Amino acid sequence: MISDLSRFSLSSSSSAAPVLDDDQLLHVSLGPQHPSTHGVFRVNVALDGETVVSLKPVFGYLHRNHEKIAENATYLSSMPYTDRLDYICPLSNNWAYANAVEKLAGIEVPERAQYMRVILAELTRLINHTAFAGFILGDMGAWGSALMYAFRERELILDLFEDLTGARMMANFMRFGGCRNDLPAGWANKVSELVNGYGAFLDEMEDLLIGNEILLARTRDIGALPKDVLINGGITGPMLRAAGVNYDIRKVEPYGIYQRFDFRIPLGGTGDCYDRIMIRFLEMRESLKILRQALDQLPEGPFVHPKAKIRNFKPPVGEAYARVEGPKGELGFHLLSDGSANPYRYRVRPPSFINLTLLEDMCLGLDLADVVVILGSIDIVLGEVDR
Amino acid sequence: MSLLDMAYGGPSLWAPEWLPRLPQRVVEMLLQHYDTPEWLVSLAGFAVAAATVVAVFLSAFALLSLIERKTLARIQNRLGPNRAGWFGILQPVADGIKMLTKEDIVPAKAEWFLHLAAPVLIVVPAMLALGVIPYGREWVPVRLELGLLFFFAVGTLTEMAVFMAGWASGSKFPMLGAMRAISQMVSYELPLILSALGVIMVTGSLSLPDIVAKQEGLHWNVLTPWGLSAALVFFIASIAEANRCPFDLPEGESEIVAGHMTEYSGFKYALFFMGEYLGLFAISGLFITLFLGGWQAPLPGLTVIPTWLWFFAKLVVVIFSHLWIRGTFPRVRIDQLMRFAWLCLIPMALLTIPAAGIWVLIGGGLLGWLVTVPLLLIPWVVLTTIHNRRLAPQTRTYTFAD
Amino acid sequence: MRISGKWRGHPARRLGSGQDARATARWSMPGLGLFKGLAVTARNMIQSYYRKDRMTTVQYPEERAPISPNFRNFPFLCYDGDDPVAGLRCTACSICEKECPPQCIYIVLDRDENGKSLKRPKVFDIDISVCMNCGICAEVCPFDSIYMDGQYEMSTTDRFGGLLLGLDRLAKSADYHMQLRPLEASEVAARRKAEEDKKRAAQAAKEAKAKADKQAKEKAAAEAPAATIGKGEPA
Repeated sequence: MISDLSRFSLSSSSSAAPVLDDDQLLHVSLGPQHPSTHGVFRVNVALDGETVVSLKPVFGYLHRNHEKIAENATYLSSMPYTDRLDYICPLSNNWAYANAVEKLAGIEVPERAQYMRVILAELTRLINHTAFAGFILGDMGAWGSALMYAFRERELILDLFEDLTGARMMANFMRFGGCRNDLPAGWANKVSELVNGYGAFLDEMEDLLIGNEILLARTRDIGALPKDVLINGGITGPMLRAAGVNYDIRKVEPYGIYQRFDFRIPLGGTGDCYDRIMIRFLEMRESLKILRQALDQLPEGPFVHPKAKIRNFKPPVGEAYARVEGPKGELGFHLLSDGSANPYRYRVRPPSFINLTLLEDMCLGLDLADVVVILGSIDIVLGEVDR
Repeated sequence: MSLLDMAYGGPSLWAPEWLPRLPQRVVEMLLQHYDTPEWLVSLAGFAVAAATVVAVFLSAFALLSLIERKTLARIQNRLGPNRAGWFGILQPVADGIKMLTKEDIVPAKAEWFLHLAAPVLIVVPAMLALGVIPYGREWVPVRLELGLLFFFAVGTLTEMAVFMAGWASGSKFPMLGAMRAISQMVSYELPLILSALGVIMVTGSLSLPDIVAKQEGLHWNVLTPWGLSAALVFFIASIAEANRCPFDLPEGESEIVAGHMTEYSGFKYALFFMGEYLGLFAISGLFITLFLGGWQAPLPGLTVIPTWLWFFAKLVVVIFSHLWIRGTFPRVRIDQLMRFAWLCLIPMALLTIPAAGIWVLIGGGLLGWLVTVPLLLIPWVVLTTIHNRRLAPQTRTYTFAD
Repeated sequence: MRISGKWRGHPARRLGSGQDARATARWSMPGLGLFKGLAVTARNMIQSYYRKDRMTTVQYPEERAPISPNFRNFPFLCYDGDDPVAGLRCTACSICEKECPPQCIYIVLDRDENGKSLKRPKVFDIDISVCMNCGICAEVCPFDSIYMDGQYEMSTTDRFGGLLLGLDRLAKSADYHMQLRPLEASEVAARRKAEEDKKRAAQAAKEAKAKADKQAKEKAAAEAPAATIGKGEPA
């Protein structure tokens, strides 16, 4: 199935010459309201019997003018809006944006703040992949058991975020030059306890998922694409690594202090949906390793650069693009400054959106039920796709 | 039927064993007191017996709808409904009121008579099927010589009703959903019947009370190798027949709408669920009768407990397994479902026939085990290897890069 | 499905152990994976009856989940003492109004009849249907006046007026702040007290210096008249 490359054309499906007339095909609109949890997202599918002949995603239902609002707001005011981009992993978005502004203005970040940022980013990776494990089984119709287990564990981490930042999801925690406030007393110990207990939960989820024959039958050998197609399509994140491409921004272009930690990048073989699920489980294990090292090495010191400005922040004229390895892929912020308090141009590179562009090529020739599973395995959040 | 049973002359009316027949006996005694003709007495007795069965199982349906939600909730680490009454016990009442007060919408392009008849035709065969199952030594609503055949014949009426619902709705999604549902139900009808063949061979009779009587003590059919295999096949096929997860394609995911039930609202929708759950009771009852020894107690000392209580205890266990499976597994895809039925279940069901025959020939015992177990196990492994070509012994290796 | 790979304690117990270069997922007896899944759900179901971490439901409104003291919801204004008007710390500088990202704060400065600023707000409205709980207003306030409250049961049937909080609903005492966030409030109180003390000390020093100057001047004036009479200057 994977060897038949001619089916995977990146051009629009009308040029792929379907054999049937249009009125012999069944047109289905998997409408904006989904039973799956990805958000308001529509897929127009043309079916020949059960097989997908063409597939056109329609999105924009959650467009909120994030980039335009940022042009009229100060740099700090955009920070709470970045929380709402990919709302499953808000702190990664915060860090990516803070990175971009720090690159633009040349601000240094003290050591303690760097470690805090790494800890929060890896906790965010944990909550994202945990939620993914729950969602993918919900997509396949498992009536929510795995979802409830996943969210039960996620809540523990969200409670930690509430302790630290004041809000479970919309943290608004990173500032230009560090973090917003210091760790409360005992917080690092609570994170240690959670990290120690998380392995048991992962074992339980693996028992539930990995050998399950029904899951295997539903996810094996669907949705795989050759490596060069993925690279040319701009795919990043676990989707790319599941296909075997060794590309993780934390290793390729380390930001923060990632070069100090000892962790490895799991790579898959074929890149089908099953591999993507397994890669995320392996990444969770690696995140736990990074967390342990960061907690051990956490130094004392200031949590923000002493000269960091909250008000009247005017970076020098210039542009900067900073990217982080978000849980979904490469999340980048491109800022163009003209010296005033508002950015001239503010652009988000959303990984979910770019990963979604290859949806049709992955789904051609498969059944409608597979479309739902493939969509789940890409792991999109509509807040990021539509901004 | 009532006259024959009265001829048994059992102990007092109030003994636990005779308790379920109490309404019927009381009515018959009353009518005989007033010198009504015999045929009227037996008819009245039969009507009361049928009414007892229907009443018991309708209340069981109401209870099951609550127990299912609470069990699934506990599996998912949460409480179920507990706001309507203590422990949520009034939740079925609330659901019933909700269903009754909803507007009944019939699409303009639908065939209104078939649209109305379909939910009724799903409930009625299930009730008919409930009539032949032996619930206790003294409690068989209808004693038929061909009980098993009657059960299967009536069960297929349900499939016709499903298709009627889909076609009469007049729109394309229910039609497609109904076609899928009917192909699923027809495919799984075969393993269901074939696996029952072994039981018929061993018992030598199609009558359900006889099948139960043969499984005295611990000679339950499930405790033999051919019986275990047949029971597994029957159980999986019964999940598919009842349209339950992991085979609930007709209910969910068929193009994201509810399949053949899409165009139904209000009480007709409730009737669909009632038919589904009553069918679940019926087929679980049959499973218990064929394989789990019916109303037989496992050990002789435990016969103090009335037999109908044993039956319902086993029913609770079987229903709980259905709920447990529902809470754990994702759905299978339609082509995987068909492939599983035709390539895996039907061959295994066919294999129970020679296995049962050999068992009867050898007469059971250790030699019987030694001969029949490989006969069943080796094809199972071979079949799952071939059938699961997608799950072929492929080692997935994940490398780690630094 | 049996997973191979050496394991060495948490967190990497099965897949992806610490020292291995590869993790493998190998196929084993068909049907076994299904039974493992059933075992997991059964265990969860049974444990939900006696383990607190397997039954985390909080039955609202009879019970309420404990919230962290740092939890931030909507803002409130702090006043010292008992009088919410006289003790209000807010000086209507409008910094929070400018910095608020969704612009949900509306402030009108109170002026007297001559137009001079009275350094307090006449109107201070926060539209909580717009507020996104970011806390930037609390971060930028230079007068320790606006803080984030932790109240979340604020539902109302009035869609517009009920969600527009004015001074009467926003002003809360410093004791409330101390109860809500003891650490933060005590730190703020200590800092304000230190500033007060410093100001008072500086004021006292200034008065003492002025008094000393006046005394010196009077003494100098008392000694001077003898020298100036000859010049005809009045003393």
